[in-house]
Amino acid sequence: MTVSKEIAETQDKPVAQTRAGEFVLQPPVDISEDADGITLTADMPGVSGDRLDIQLDKDTLVIEGTAKIEMPEGMKPIYADVRSTRYRRSFAVGGGLDPDNVEASLKDGVLNLRLHKRPEAKPRKIEVCTE
Amino acid sequence: MFGIPVNFEGSLFDQFRRIEQQMDELFGGGGVLPGIRSVAPGTFPPVNVGATPDKVDVYLFCPGIDTQKLDVSIQQNMLSISGERKAANAENTKFYRRERFNGEFRRVVTLPNDIDPDRVEAKYADGVLQIEVQRREASKPRQIEIKQ
Repeated sequence: MTVSKEIAETQDKPVAQTRAGEFVLQPPVDISEDADGITLTADMPGVSGDRLDIQLDKDTLVIEGTAKIEMPEGMKPIYADVRSTRYRRSFAVGGGLDPDNVEASLKDGVLNLRLHKRPEAKPRKIEVCTE
Repeated sequence: MFGIPVNFEGSLFDQFRRIEQQMDELFGGGGVLPGIRSVAPGTFPPVNVGATPDKVDVYLFCPGIDTQKLDVSIQQNMLSISGERKAANAENTKFYRRERFNGEFRRVVTLPNDIDPDRVEAKYADGVLQIEVQRREASKPRQIEIKQ
């Protein structure tokens, strides 16, 4: 089975609730695939590198982050589209990805993840012999 | 003779409507009409507005933006922000999900009436655009900046 068929979202709600009752934001993502691996781009505004946590084991990819928004003391909210500072999103991944070969970069609140395929999981072109 | 069907209240649409009403009550939306410049929920970029007695802060959650392409302007108490975010189009890739915003955007935020449109500052960090608008204080003498 290819990785693409196995990559499935574990949760599909825009906002999930943790056990503690705090809302968690699900960052919107773009996911694409080419011959070498999978690229995931996620919008996580307010998150810097030190407040970002990415975990990939053989089954699951978990992206977590906490946004830090500079706010003066005693500020009263007038209007809020964003009601949490915590982001989390997880995906089920197939065994074709190499957990030791992941590149991640974060710029202006956009996370770019590059998950490489194991050599044996890369597509092979099969030559058809004709007599 | 027939009256109102008894099981009408239990219909799916009715349940949806009831949930919607409860959500409105919960988040304070009940009875407040949306502004003529308000946008549909989920519109990019999300905006938060907070106020202190001295200033009003507007936060726009717009990651991955080229600040050169951002246009922030203020007219009386109306702050408008427009910009563009273009998705990178790589060749030979297949997309499974494209949830991230792509294109042009514009949002207008109506601020309290006592703001000073001459004292506005904007900064962009980690994908959050923060616009600080100072409020007028009638009791305090107004400071005049001397330009060189």
